[in-house]
Amino acid sequence: MLKMPLKCLDALFLELSKEHQVYAPMEKAGSVSFFPWKEGDTVCLDTLLTDHSPKSFFFPQSETLYRARREEGSLSIVPEEAEEISSVYFGVRACDRRSFEILDRVFLSTPCDSCYESKRRNGYVVTLACENPEDTCFCQTFGIDPAWPGGDVSVWIADGDLYWKSLTEKGEALTELVEGLFEAGDREKAEEEKAKIRKKLEALPLKDLSLGRFEHPDSAMDLFESEQWETLSDTCLGCGICTFLCPTCQCYDICDYDSGHEIRKFRCWDSCMYPGFTEMSHGNNRNSQMQRFRQRFMHKLVYFPENNGGVNSCVGCGRCLRKCPSSLNIVRVIKAIGESDAEGGNDE
Amino acid sequence: MPKEETMSNRTNVLIPGIGVITDVRRDTPDVKTFRVNGGEGRKPFEHMPGQCAMLSIPGVGEAMFSITSSPTNRDYMEFSIKKCGCLTDWLHQMEKGQEIALRGPYGNYFPVDTDLKGKNLLFIAGGIGIAPLRSVIHYVIDNRGDYGLVDIVYGARSAEDLVNLEEMRKDWSNVEGFRVHLTIDRSEEGWDGNVAFVPDYVRELKFSNDRTALVCGPPVMIKFVLQALEEMGFAGTEIYTTMELKMKCGVGKCGRCNIGSKYVCKDGPVFRYDELGVLPSEY
Amino acid sequence: MHAIEETIKETCKKLWDHGEVNRILAWEKGLFDYDAAPVLFRSRERISRLVYNEHCGVNLSKFLIKEMEKEGKVLVLLKPCDTYGFNQLLSENRVNREKVYILGVPCGGMRDEKGLLFKCLSCKGNDFKASDQIIESDLSVPAPVPSGEEEKLNKMTAEERFAFWRGQLSKCIRCNACRNVCPACSCIKCVFDNRDSGIEAKANSDAFEENLFHIIRAFHVAGRCTDCGECSRVCPQNIPLYLLNRKMIEEMNERYGTYQAGENPEAKSPLTEFKESDPEVSAEYGKGGVSSC
Repeated sequence: MLKMPLKCLDALFLELSKEHQVYAPMEKAGSVSFFPWKEGDTVCLDTLLTDHSPKSFFFPQSETLYRARREEGSLSIVPEEAEEISSVYFGVRACDRRSFEILDRVFLSTPCDSCYESKRRNGYVVTLACENPEDTCFCQTFGIDPAWPGGDVSVWIADGDLYWKSLTEKGEALTELVEGLFEAGDREKAEEEKAKIRKKLEALPLKDLSLGRFEHPDSAMDLFESEQWETLSDTCLGCGICTFLCPTCQCYDICDYDSGHEIRKFRCWDSCMYPGFTEMSHGNNRNSQMQRFRQRFMHKLVYFPENNGGVNSCVGCGRCLRKCPSSLNIVRVIKAIGESDAEGGNDE
Repeated sequence: MPKEETMSNRTNVLIPGIGVITDVRRDTPDVKTFRVNGGEGRKPFEHMPGQCAMLSIPGVGEAMFSITSSPTNRDYMEFSIKKCGCLTDWLHQMEKGQEIALRGPYGNYFPVDTDLKGKNLLFIAGGIGIAPLRSVIHYVIDNRGDYGLVDIVYGARSAEDLVNLEEMRKDWSNVEGFRVHLTIDRSEEGWDGNVAFVPDYVRELKFSNDRTALVCGPPVMIKFVLQALEEMGFAGTEIYTTMELKMKCGVGKCGRCNIGSKYVCKDGPVFRYDELGVLPSEY
Repeated sequence: MHAIEETIKETCKKLWDHGEVNRILAWEKGLFDYDAAPVLFRSRERISRLVYNEHCGVNLSKFLIKEMEKEGKVLVLLKPCDTYGFNQLLSENRVNREKVYILGVPCGGMRDEKGLLFKCLSCKGNDFKASDQIIESDLSVPAPVPSGEEEKLNKMTAEERFAFWRGQLSKCIRCNACRNVCPACSCIKCVFDNRDSGIEAKANSDAFEENLFHIIRAFHVAGRCTDCGECSRVCPQNIPLYLLNRKMIEEMNERYGTYQAGENPEAKSPLTEFKESDPEVSAEYGKGGVSSC
């Protein structure tokens, strides 16, 4: 465990910047997200969650796959080279860090997605323990401990000091770069901080949220047939807020952009909530918002775990709770369908 | 040293290779069959019967098509394509010698080397549904000794909508142990063959259930054929069919073709009937 | 506020019992005390779950479009500002007046966990522009508090303004929430969902093209935007979309006289009507460009 005064954070970043591009949470134009750091930038470590989830590090909203030309019946295709830029992502929360594991299962499984893989390989994740979890947090339901966020390096902030602990080989490599700035840390202080965080977790309103029937694979069809889907999805606007802010949602589209000089084939985020998502020339197998709404949550809580050893495609970050214009979110789905009986309805 | 990138081992699986159209054959008013080579006169890649490929024209679109030729065909790969959207409209006005981007093979395939070996086979297809089954049929012809008796029931709206009619009448009917049963929906002048919808014709032909059935066609046809087969005592484990949902990546990641815990592009398009039973009814 | 909520519940139950309505668009408790979730009640028993408090900021009129497909009349709770959006939908035939029963509910300003909603700082007042019945109360809406942002923007040079908008619009994640919540955006096939329009893009590969989404949408809703503030409220990235729309309204008011969309469903927006007194824009500002932009 290493320690340094928090006010020396700039020196830390400067040192890391010698070999890596550093990303940290910053405020720009009224929104807090991860941005590339340069000397003089102010970092926001007080904000619990960035507006954009850090899935954009490895799975950006849009990325070019290849550039093509079409001339009189002949084609040329030039793949886009992967930019192998080594990057340090500082200040990632426990929930977001867990989301990388979930995305890894999708993108790194055979056949491996090379765009994602190169960014992931070149990324160093420095997590930050959550001093102040908020009401909308329910990461505990998925076995995530915000006091022990994991990653390549974990950082705790306590009493004006920053505590740094390397957890992996990559973490060691980073530590070697910056250890000159640190002194030996008092483990107990960090343990105290962890204990404080865990105590706060106990006071959270959603601490007892359990997945109920969603835990039992046998009830998949029962869950699918629940009448609650209709009532829950009545006021769903079908926008993409939940899917785009969610750190584990990974549906994408592959599109063309004809600039006049060339055709760029790019991949971009897509949302299963959009009507056109599954549209084919002869019809759409999910025509109503209810079907689309149901698909999203069944995928996250039933189908994905079935294919991934019980791991749910949700990390309890609470972004959907804060941002849905119609106050719909995965917690309401879990409570209405997972926790209650077939007939009961959602009594809180 | 840069690795020689072929269509089967590219680093980025979403990037297609370039193929060239070496032949275009009109089968019906809205179906054309294209022969594609991967340049240097070779097949673009190897595949197994039932698998598909993503064909694309940059700037126009990209879509998944079943490979209608058999892997036993060493010289070329064929796709039978129905004109029904942006990309297919464009493909239909393409000519021999023009280039097309493709990547594959995707999906699973009919278990021609395992469960289907030694069996009597019953192929049931409607319209363009013959495309994936044709791949299996040619495989069977080229490995005739490995399979039992073969019945092929094929129907379409009208005589001019029957794809590969010549091939069926001339070649398939003459293969030993093969029987071809053609039908069209409504009687018309010049047609002296059977007139009935495919599901009804299947019932009429009273097949014994010691066969394995492979069914492919419009969703409505599949539904009624499956009903008929069930009535005739076919077990769910002896019926294979293909599912079609919108697909984009082809590798089970973009989420579009997800149904239940399956991805049609990866766990399908070939499904056994009993496997379909556990999927939510959204197809 | 609790008394008002009880009155609303009783009124709804009465109307239900008289067979006037068979569905109710209202709010119920969300996950937390500061969270009221829009809901459709399909049975009388569910009315007991109705809440009406200072967290009911959502404009429920947009949900009426889907309700028009069903049989019978739907009751909807509308605050004074929501009725402008309703009238806009009505004037575009997206809702059928016969199939909606508007229960006007009083408002004292709506809040979220941070305080008064931004849109409440420019409240349009206590008047319901459409209603079948109004729940009386002595609540009064908050007095308008100008934000000063429009003036700030107007004082910027063209370069500064360009930089401002590039900065703000680059935050956009193309979630389409602003479009989906907007009462003026109700096209069955939106131009941004249409392959053939050339601007269909979920997130375009060219960053500049991405920014155009909002500008194009602002033009599309110009003359029909009621300035309800929902777009800015729902934006997960806090983009001040209302500034774009207000600029459009300012420009139109300057040329064609003050017009408030949604005030009167019979009124015609200046952009869908031609009067001989309309200024000839090119003659006024000179060919090739407009001076104030």
